[in-house]
Amino acid sequence: MPATVTPDTVEATITEALPQFGVDPSEISCDARLEDLDVDSLDLAELSQILEDEYGVQLKGEDAKKISTVGDVIDLVVSRAG
Amino acid sequence: MRREVVVTGVGAVTPLGVGARTLYERWRAGESGIENGLAAATKFDPTDHLSVKEARRADRFSQFAMVAGDEALQAAGWDRDDLPYDRARIGCVFGTGIGGIGTLERGKEILLEQGESKVPPLSVPLMMGNAAAGMLSMRYGLLGNSFGTVSACSASAHAIAQATRMIQYGDADAVITGGSEAALTPLSKAAFASLDAVSKSGISRPFDARRDGFVMGEGGAALVLEDAEKASERGAEPLAKVRGFGATSDAHHLTAPQPEGVGAAAAIRLALKDAGLEPQDISYVNAHGTSTPLNDRAETMAIKDALGERAAEVPVSSTKSAIGHLLGAAGAVEATATILALRDRIAPPTLGWEEREEGMDLDYVPREAHPLNINGGPAIALSNAFGFGGHNVVLCLEV
Repeated sequence: MPATVTPDTVEATITEALPQFGVDPSEISCDARLEDLDVDSLDLAELSQILEDEYGVQLKGEDAKKISTVGDVIDLVVSRAG
Repeated sequence: MRREVVVTGVGAVTPLGVGARTLYERWRAGESGIENGLAAATKFDPTDHLSVKEARRADRFSQFAMVAGDEALQAAGWDRDDLPYDRARIGCVFGTGIGGIGTLERGKEILLEQGESKVPPLSVPLMMGNAAAGMLSMRYGLLGNSFGTVSACSASAHAIAQATRMIQYGDADAVITGGSEAALTPLSKAAFASLDAVSKSGISRPFDARRDGFVMGEGGAALVLEDAEKASERGAEPLAKVRGFGATSDAHHLTAPQPEGVGAAAAIRLALKDAGLEPQDISYVNAHGTSTPLNDRAETMAIKDALGERAAEVPVSSTKSAIGHLLGAAGAVEATATILALRDRIAPPTLGWEEREEGMDLDYVPREAHPLNINGGPAIALSNAFGFGGHNVVLCLEV
């Protein structure tokens, strides 16, 4: 069963995942822009895999254009899961 | 008139440690990087040199390339933020035998154990054979022609040859070249073993009568090649000249060399012709010398055939006696070691050589390094690299 989806749980998942990609943990916040965190399309593909694993939500193709901040990713996952 | 090409910087990661001088000095001193029948780059820790992001965006073979590349650029006196030439005039040609096979094997395990949806998205960009060439062009901002060369154990010699032509012909003013390999993986080790190419004794003793196959190694080397005139204008002090190369094919067998070394001899002759030299100009041969029964005999015949009477006078040694066979990285690593040996006017030894085989009667530099007999002239060497598929590449280097 996918984990319970709340903005807090998704944020926790992302906060745990991004440092594995080399992102400085102290720079991660909802307002942080992915570009500023040096999170590119390949990182996003890896993050998507983790989020799908955890919440059963797929982020694919067109979604990348709608996402510019960590908060955007959280909102999209929460709305899809709901 | 074609342009002259010089080597202005070298870098290496090998089973003898990190650094080109470490490789050369330890080999010259008779030290071996082989342990328990394998020549792993055990002193290399990617996190010593690369950020988390850089390291995880690169298979081990590309990690070797980046660390060797950084050393080579520094040795050449290049400022990475202010390159000495127009970026569009700097290329990158970098070889590998197999590429990211470690990444491929992990991806296959995940596919079988966890299913398609869990296969890492980084699988393809890490395993592709041109990944190191692409990473280096991005790392240094090189906008000229860049690509990978794939010709098994002659891949990085082909890379250096192609880089040389690009500069000679005027297509580039400088090229970062070399090659790397990281194939000490379960599939690759088992596959080479089942081919009966790998030494069962675990000993690399090229040209010795008891040799029984090669010892697998890993690592890489990078060289900065520049147009000699432009290098001189910027005040660089070249380490060596690339005088030329010869490249041929055996068209004989997928893995076995042509038994009399006909293709290899032809490559040596072409290298001499390309360099405008005669056999008597050669003062050292860095052999491909794998320690396999077939290669070392065929290579000996090739050297005798192509160099004629000079073959009996020229020291011939194999770097693989100290670091095993670095497969696609071998040509670049051995060219690097050759350049540093020429600078010292030294022929490093073929470690472990003791027993002569009938008909294999060259000076294989047993036991210890000895000085080159050059009477104050330039020191000129041939560096041989031959690959499965029947590819033969011979580089001609001068210091």
